[in-house]
Amino acid sequence: MTATGSIGRRLTLLLAGVAALLSVLSWSMVTGLAWQAAERTQDNVLAASATSIAETLRSEQGEVRLELPYSAFSMLGAISEERVFYNVMAGSALLTGYEDLPVSTLAPPAPGRVSFSTSEYRGSQIRMASVTRLVLVGTGPVPVTVTVAQTRGGVATIAGDLSQLAAILSVAFFVVAVALSAFAARASLRPLNEIAQAVSRRGPSDLRPLRRAAPAELAPLMTSLNRLMDRLGQSIRRSEDFIAEAAHRVRTPLATVRAQAEIVLRSVRDEDEKQRLRRIIRAVDESSRSAGQLLDHATVAYRAEHLVREPVDLADLAARTAASLGPTAAMKDILIQMDTEPVPVVGDPVLLNNALRNVLDNAVKYSPAETTIALRVRADHGEARATVADEGPGLGDGPAEALTERFRRGSNTEGVVGSGLGLTIAEDVLLAHGGRLELETDHHGRGACVSLVLPSA
Amino acid sequence: MRYLLVEDNRELAEAVVNRLELDGHAVDHAASLAEAEDCLAVASYDLILLDVMLPDGDGRTFLTQNRAHLETPVIVLTARSQVSDRVGALDQGADDYITKPFDFSELEARCRAVLRRRGGAARNEIALGQAVFDPLAGTLSHRSETITLRNREIRLMEVFTRHPGQILSKSQLMDRLFSYDAEVTENAIEVYVGRLRRHIDGKGVRIETVRGLGYRMETDDA
Amino acid sequence: MRLACLAIGLSLLATLAMALEVEDHRLYPGTGDRMLRIVSTADLEVFEPYLRAFQAERPAISIDYTVVSSAELHRAIRNGAEFDLAVSSAMDLQFQLANDGFGQSYRSDSTESLPEWARWRDLIFAFTAEPAVVVLSAERLAGLPVPATRQELITLLRQHPERFQGAVGTYDVRDSGLGYLFATQEARSTDAYWRLSEVMGRLNPQLYCCSGQMIDDVSEGRLALAYNVLGSYAAERLVRDSDGQLQILRMQDFANVILRTALIPTTAREIESAGEMIDMLATLGLRDAPGSWTLPPLRQTGDGEGSGFGPIRLGPALMVYLDPLNRRAFLDEWENALEQR
Repeated sequence: MTATGSIGRRLTLLLAGVAALLSVLSWSMVTGLAWQAAERTQDNVLAASATSIAETLRSEQGEVRLELPYSAFSMLGAISEERVFYNVMAGSALLTGYEDLPVSTLAPPAPGRVSFSTSEYRGSQIRMASVTRLVLVGTGPVPVTVTVAQTRGGVATIAGDLSQLAAILSVAFFVVAVALSAFAARASLRPLNEIAQAVSRRGPSDLRPLRRAAPAELAPLMTSLNRLMDRLGQSIRRSEDFIAEAAHRVRTPLATVRAQAEIVLRSVRDEDEKQRLRRIIRAVDESSRSAGQLLDHATVAYRAEHLVREPVDLADLAARTAASLGPTAAMKDILIQMDTEPVPVVGDPVLLNNALRNVLDNAVKYSPAETTIALRVRADHGEARATVADEGPGLGDGPAEALTERFRRGSNTEGVVGSGLGLTIAEDVLLAHGGRLELETDHHGRGACVSLVLPSA
Repeated sequence: MRYLLVEDNRELAEAVVNRLELDGHAVDHAASLAEAEDCLAVASYDLILLDVMLPDGDGRTFLTQNRAHLETPVIVLTARSQVSDRVGALDQGADDYITKPFDFSELEARCRAVLRRRGGAARNEIALGQAVFDPLAGTLSHRSETITLRNREIRLMEVFTRHPGQILSKSQLMDRLFSYDAEVTENAIEVYVGRLRRHIDGKGVRIETVRGLGYRMETDDA
Repeated sequence: MRLACLAIGLSLLATLAMALEVEDHRLYPGTGDRMLRIVSTADLEVFEPYLRAFQAERPAISIDYTVVSSAELHRAIRNGAEFDLAVSSAMDLQFQLANDGFGQSYRSDSTESLPEWARWRDLIFAFTAEPAVVVLSAERLAGLPVPATRQELITLLRQHPERFQGAVGTYDVRDSGLGYLFATQEARSTDAYWRLSEVMGRLNPQLYCCSGQMIDDVSEGRLALAYNVLGSYAAERLVRDSDGQLQILRMQDFANVILRTALIPTTAREIESAGEMIDMLATLGLRDAPGSWTLPPLRQTGDGEGSGFGPIRLGPALMVYLDPLNRRAFLDEWENALEQR
C-alpha cells in the first residue's frame, strides 16, 4: 500500500489556504474601504466648508463681497488636526486667501457643483474642494471660485489605523479558521475512521457486510467494501469448499481401501499376505494423517496471524479435549487422569484445543496399553500450565527442542504412525499466544512430560 | 444394535456395513439425505453414522435441521481434519466425529462410547450358558456375581461371542483387537486370553486353546 | 575668541533690531557657546523667572530674549527672522504660522502629556491659560456698584457718563494682535460686545497697544476702567503694587481665555534647547497649583468664577478673522463703534 498523504492534512491545508486568501482579501477590502471612507469624510467636510463660504458671496457697490463664516473653518478643525488652506478667486483675480494654492484653472466646475482634486502644496499632499458661483458685478456675471484645502496626513493615519486593525482581525480570523479547519477536517473524516475501526475490530473470519449509517459520500465506499467482502467471503468459501471436496475425494477412496483391506485381512489365512495388508493399512493411515496435520498446520499458521482473543478456561478446554480422545485411549485401556483447577487464559479456543489435542494425541499414541496419562491444569507463578505426563518411552536422547522442529520425530518411535508435526503445531500455537512448550523426560527415564505454558488472563 | 449409515460412496459403505454386520449389528445404508429421511421415517435406530458430503446436501445442515426431533445419537464421518470442522460438527449437534480414513477399532470404540454416554438405547445382552455378557456396559454376570471387564477384554469377549465354537487364530484376534498403528506381537494375545480366562473361570464359559490353530470359546450347556 | 563671538552676536542683533520694532531686549549670557534666541510678546518682568529657571538647569546656554508685539512677531517669523523659539499670546497668529508651515514639529514626553486642546500637530504648544479681565480703579469707582456682567457694565457706563468720559481704556485692535483676538472672539460669542463698544465709543475711549500701559494708567488713576486686559499681567501688577488701587474683574457672562503658545520656527538652529524650553514650559503648564510663577497654569482649579468657559480652541477657525476681507469688515465695524466723532 502506498500512502499518498493524509486527507485530513490536505483538507486542513486547503481550508487554511482558502482562509488565508479570504483573510488577505478582507484585509485589502477593509483597507480600501477605510481609505475611501476617510477620503469621503474629508471630501464631505471640505465641500461643506467651501459651500458655506460660497454662500456668503454677494455683490456690493460693484465689488464681490464675502465673509468667511466662522463655522467654515471650525468644522475643518473639528475632526482632525489638518492644516487648512483656502482661496477665493473672482475670475483670475485673487479676492482673498492663499494666492499660490494650486487651484486647477483649466475647467472651473459648473456653478453650484463641488469639484475635488489632489495636489502638492507647501511640502504636503492636499485635498481641495472647489465651488464656483456666478456673482453679478457691474455689467456681467463673474465666476467666483471658493477653494478649501486640507492636508491628507490624517486620512492616511485613519486609514492606516483601520488597515492595521483589519490586519490584526484578519490574522485572528486566519488562526481561528485554521483551527476550525483542522477540527472540520477531523470531524468530516470521523465516519471514515469509524468504518475503518469497525472493519479492523472484526475477527479474521468475519466477512459479514458492514451495516452502519454512513454519510452519502461514503456510501459508494461502503458498497464497494461490502461487495469486496462478499466476493472475498465467496472466494474463501469456494476455496474451503474446494479443499473439503478435494479431501473428501481423496479420503473417501482411502477409507474404502482401508476398510476393504481390513475386511480382506479377516478372510486371509496366509501370514505373509496378512503382513502385506497390514502394511497397506498403515501406509493409508500415515498418508491421511500427514495430510491432516499439514492442513492443521496451515490453519494454525493462518489463525495465529489473526489471533482471536477471548477468555478461555484451560481446565474446561482440557476436559473437552480429553473427552474427545477418550475412546482412542480406551482402546488401549489407557486412563486419562484429570487433575485440574479453573485457570482463565485469553486466546483462540480452537487453536488452544488443537495444541492440547496434538500433545494428548501423542501421549496416547506413544503410551503402552493399560497405563495412565496424567493431565494437570494449574495456575503457577502468573502462568497457566497444562501438563501432560505419560508412562511411555520418553522423548529419547536427542535434544528436546529439536522434537518440535517440523517433521522431526523422536528417535524411538518405531512402529507408531505419526507425521512429526504434532509438537510443532502445538509450539506454534503457544508462541502465538505468548506462551511456550516445555518438554522433559521423567527423571526415572520413563515417560514424557509436556507442558503447555500460557500467560494467565 | 441397529445402525443407519449415511454414505454416498458405495464401496466404503459396503465395507462399513460388512464390518458392522460381522460384529452382529443390523445396518441400513442410505446413499443420500433423501434416503436417510426415508429410513428414519420407517425405522428407529440406535446410532447414525453420517457422512458430511452427500450428493444432495451437507450432512451438517441435515444435522441442524433434524437435531430437535431426532433422539438418535450421531457420529459424523468427515474427510476434513481441520479443527474448526470438528468443533463445528460438535456444535451442530453431533455426538462425536471420526476422520476418514478410519480404523474400524476406533469407529467401534467411538460408537460404544457414544452409546454408553446416551445410555437410553436398548440393552443387547448375550447369554453365554449360565452367564450373561453385556458388551456395552462391559460386564459379565453369573448368578449374583457381576464382574467388570477392561476394554480389550470386552473386545476379546465380543469377538468370541460372535463366533461361538469357532476357532480364531491369534492373527485374527490381533486384527480385531488392535489398531494398526501399534506394533503388537502375538504374545500380547496370549496375555489377554490368559487374563480373560481368569475372569470367566467358573462362570460356565471357557476359552480353549486349539494347539497350532488358535482359540475357541465353549459354553457349559449342561 | 569669546569677545569676537559676542561682537558678531551683537552686530547680528543690531541688524535684526533694525528690522524689528523691538520693545525690550535682554541677553542672559551663559557659560557656553550655545545661544537660545527667543522672540516673545511677554514682558521681561513677566517672563524672566522662566528664563532664570531654565538657565539654572542649563548654565551653559545663553538666552537672547526679545520682546515684540504679537503682530510684529508674526510678521518677523513669516519674513524669515532667525529665532529658535516664538512665544506669543496671540493664538490666531501663532496658529497661522503653524498652519502655513513656519513651524517645526517637536515631540517629547512632556509635549505628549499635554492635553489635546493644548497642542496642535506637535507644532504649537500651550503652556498657560490666561483670561481677559476688566481692571478697575478702586478710587475712581468709589461709591459705584461693581459690575459683574457686560450688561451691568453697560448700564454703569450709561448712567455715569461724567465719571467715565475719557477714562475708559481698551486695546486698539488695529495695532494689537491680542486685542484683535479678544475682540473677534468676544464679538462671535456674545452680542453684548457691540453694544458695549458703542457705549464705550460715546465716552471717548483711550486706545492702547498693550496691557501693561493700560494697567499703569488705571493704577495711576488716569483711567477708571480698562476693558479686556490680560489677566495674568494685571495679577502680576496687583502683586507688585499693593496699594489697593487696582481691582481685577472677570466678567461672569463670558470671559475669553487665551492660551499662550510656543512654536519652534523653521529658521531655528538651537532646536534642542528650544525643545528643552518647551518641555519646561509644558511641565509648568501642567502644574496643579499656580504657585509663585508669574503666569497661570493651563488648568485653573482655584479660580472658581468664570471657570465655565474653556480657552479659545486651537484650530483653523482662528484663521477666519485673519482673512484680510474679514479683518477689514471687522475693523470697519469696530471703528464705527469706537470712534464716534
